[in-house]
Amino acid sequence: MTVNQLDAEALYAQLLAGVRPLVRPDTALVGVWSGGAWLAERLQRDLGLEGEHGVISSALHRDDFSQRGMSSADPTRLPFTVDGRPILLIDDVLYTGRTTRAVINELFDFGRPASVTLAVLVDRGGRELPIEPAFTAARIEVAPDDRVRLARDAAGRFSFDIQEGD
Amino acid sequence: MKILIKNGRLVDPASGRDAPGDVAIAAGRVVALGTVSPEFHPSRTIDASGLVVAPGLVDLAARLREPGHEHEGMLESEMAAAVAGGVTSLVCPPDTDPPLDEPGLVEMLKFRARNLNQAHLYPLGTLTRGLAGEVLTEMAELVEAGCVGFSQADVPIADTQVLQRALQYASTFGYTVWLRPQDAHLGKGVAASGALATRLGLSGVPVVAETIALHTIFELMRVTGARVHLCRLSSAAGIELVRRAKAEGLPVTCDVSVNQLHLTDMDIGYFNAAMRLTPPLRQQRDRDAIRAALADGTVDALVSDHTPVDEDAKNLPFAEAEPGSTGLELLLSLALKWGEESGLSLSKALATVTCEPVRVLGDALGSLSSSAGRLVEGGVADLCLFDPAARWTVVPQAFRSQGKHSPFAGFELPGLVRATLVAGNIAFESK
Amino acid sequence: MLQQRNPQLNSNGELIHLLSIEGLPSAVIHQILDTAGTFLSVNDREVKKVPLLRGKSVFNLFFENSTRTRTTFEIAAKRLSADVVNLDIARSSAAKGESLLDTIANLSAMHADMFVVRHSESGAPYLIAKHCAPHVHVVNAGDGRHAHPTQGLLDMYTIRHYKQDFTNLTVAVVGDIVHSRVARSDIHALTTLGVPEIRAVGPKTLVPGDLKEMGVRVCHDMAEGIRGADVIIMLRLQNERMSGAMLPSAGEFFKNYGLTPEKLALAKPDCIVMHPGPINRGVEIDSAVADGRQSVILPQVTFGIAVRMAVMSTIAGNNA
Repeated sequence: MTVNQLDAEALYAQLLAGVRPLVRPDTALVGVWSGGAWLAERLQRDLGLEGEHGVISSALHRDDFSQRGMSSADPTRLPFTVDGRPILLIDDVLYTGRTTRAVINELFDFGRPASVTLAVLVDRGGRELPIEPAFTAARIEVAPDDRVRLARDAAGRFSFDIQEGD
Repeated sequence: MKILIKNGRLVDPASGRDAPGDVAIAAGRVVALGTVSPEFHPSRTIDASGLVVAPGLVDLAARLREPGHEHEGMLESEMAAAVAGGVTSLVCPPDTDPPLDEPGLVEMLKFRARNLNQAHLYPLGTLTRGLAGEVLTEMAELVEAGCVGFSQADVPIADTQVLQRALQYASTFGYTVWLRPQDAHLGKGVAASGALATRLGLSGVPVVAETIALHTIFELMRVTGARVHLCRLSSAAGIELVRRAKAEGLPVTCDVSVNQLHLTDMDIGYFNAAMRLTPPLRQQRDRDAIRAALADGTVDALVSDHTPVDEDAKNLPFAEAEPGSTGLELLLSLALKWGEESGLSLSKALATVTCEPVRVLGDALGSLSSSAGRLVEGGVADLCLFDPAARWTVVPQAFRSQGKHSPFAGFELPGLVRATLVAGNIAFESK
Repeated sequence: MLQQRNPQLNSNGELIHLLSIEGLPSAVIHQILDTAGTFLSVNDREVKKVPLLRGKSVFNLFFENSTRTRTTFEIAAKRLSADVVNLDIARSSAAKGESLLDTIANLSAMHADMFVVRHSESGAPYLIAKHCAPHVHVVNAGDGRHAHPTQGLLDMYTIRHYKQDFTNLTVAVVGDIVHSRVARSDIHALTTLGVPEIRAVGPKTLVPGDLKEMGVRVCHDMAEGIRGADVIIMLRLQNERMSGAMLPSAGEFFKNYGLTPEKLALAKPDCIVMHPGPINRGVEIDSAVADGRQSVILPQVTFGIAVRMAVMSTIAGNNA
């Protein structure tokens, strides 16, 4: 699928259907800031889960700190105990896998989860680490320098923000 | 050697001469000025087209660091710096190591300087032994050895009774006392008191450190009749006090350094130790007052205040760095820059570093006073040839002086010395 | 004067050293405070460590003794996973006559990545930043009377935490301001962040008139100075002031300028009381106030570790 044919709302519907079987009674939803967090927020509601979703930032465990410096992101907020919980990690776009690695490290600073399962809206390939999602709503192909992110308007509707590289 | 300088623009501030002409030199003296007889057969001709031929500069304050740094060859390097800057006569303060309080030291210094065949050196003797501010030096002996005045350099005498007696004794013989107006206690800071020192957290030197000292000096002059030369005025308030003292008729003269003439405390920037100077750089108002005072004659002379400082002594936090800057090679250019910026004639600018400093020295120069700092037939041939239109960038590492620090690093300055003659001898020539 | 770039910033305007709050854009200050917020939450986790400075060596160069400040920097660096080396220069090489720059050169040869420097002379960290290798970062932990930027930042974090909006505050800084690097950093930060009313309170010997050039209102009367204040920052009074003929005694200082409950009542009811520490009870501040409801002196310490983590991680991530 090319990136221009993406309908974020339609893909969200597929994500919702796809993660439903992955949810256990004590699963905690954690969204990667920022796009993953929006998805987790809506999923929490639509799946009828109790409690609050978590937001996790890769800022403190990124491997490109020396090159890019301190990144500005909302701090991690996990309003539940991590020890012994199955965690369902949600992200908007999966690319090299480095963000996922950083976020898993961050998660482990809070405790020892029973399991970590990854579900993403879009997989653009180009993996540089052995990371695979349990569910992907769509696979896309983009140029390596292009940036793809989820956007959310004032009414809460999702769309894709694509920026071509130089 | 007979030398003919042709096609120069002869500028002599003392007589007002500023006209094209030639100069003939023989046996160390100027034998003809303006037009030279065709009978004069020189062994060397210098073509001074496009150059100004001026009297050699007279710098009333240049430290040569000898005695004290003989093993570093400082006398050689600093005297070379002087002639490279067009300076043919210089006065050095007595704060050497040991200080110049013994005739033997003065004689040795003059002897070594004479052998270098560069600028004429006129040392100041210490006013008190060891500069300690307690016991008077043998002033008559020191004058015989060659001192042209007596000074405490940067070490103020805190004991007013000693200062009074020193002035009284000096005035008996008509010797001039050279004093830095700085109160011993209030003057201890490292930067001028004000918004910048407050912001940077540097201990301040308030203006009253200068004005209190000036009031003290003037009062003592009134009761002793001593003649005083005030060294390195730094403030508008201080200048005003000097103006009033002169109007009153007190026998006082004063100088300012090229640093205070051009810079303010803002130039300290990010604690730049090249700006660690004494007296400290003050504010814009003070600089403006100094510039106006040099123009109207309230300030008599401009000096380089040449003080070469070792690299290690500058690479320290601001307050710990040794104060001082290299100035001999910049004196001419900085005088010209001030003249240009103030809309003054070349002659007027040059006067502050030629005939006016000589007037300050008065008869301390002996027979030389009739020709030092001037272009005059029959006078000693001390000349500076420079290109007034040239501009050059200050690169401290390229200084001939061993002090590679200047607050003017990177500045583009007017006036480039092409040749310097001392007593008819070409002491410096640029390629 | 030839223009010089602020040595704290690289050519992209990013912070590579923290030498002073002067010249820091408001956006940079806010970014550091935001980052500090993130690190504050790290202190609540099971694992109080993040790997941002892993493999980096932070050298604490304290030419002036201070166990407190050095300890907070050490904790901050270790929570960022850095290796920390403490150098008690006061007793070692400087005493043997080694110059400041030689000390730095020797330490650089040991592959230091960051120097945290405290020195008794204003401007010393600038000299170090000018002469150290390009990849090395310098944090000023206090230089003479000039600046203590991490203290200034943590004080701002504290004010932001309790008061949120800087633009409608009245802040009083009380005590020995002329000798205080903390006061200078606080004043620069407050003016940069847009605090409309900043008062400098103390006797003329400690709060001279020319302080107003820094953008403060000079008050020699304590009551006038703290009336209606939202924030009061009390400064330490050092013993040297009495021996330097600036004050007759600590007792007289306390009488006129000490913060007692009665004086505190002149400020707003929700006024917070701050102090960089260590406090001199009964000299600048009454115990009842220091231990009282309005005092935020202890939270300042907690915020201090997070702010220092934010500073170190911010500068370490930017290249010269």
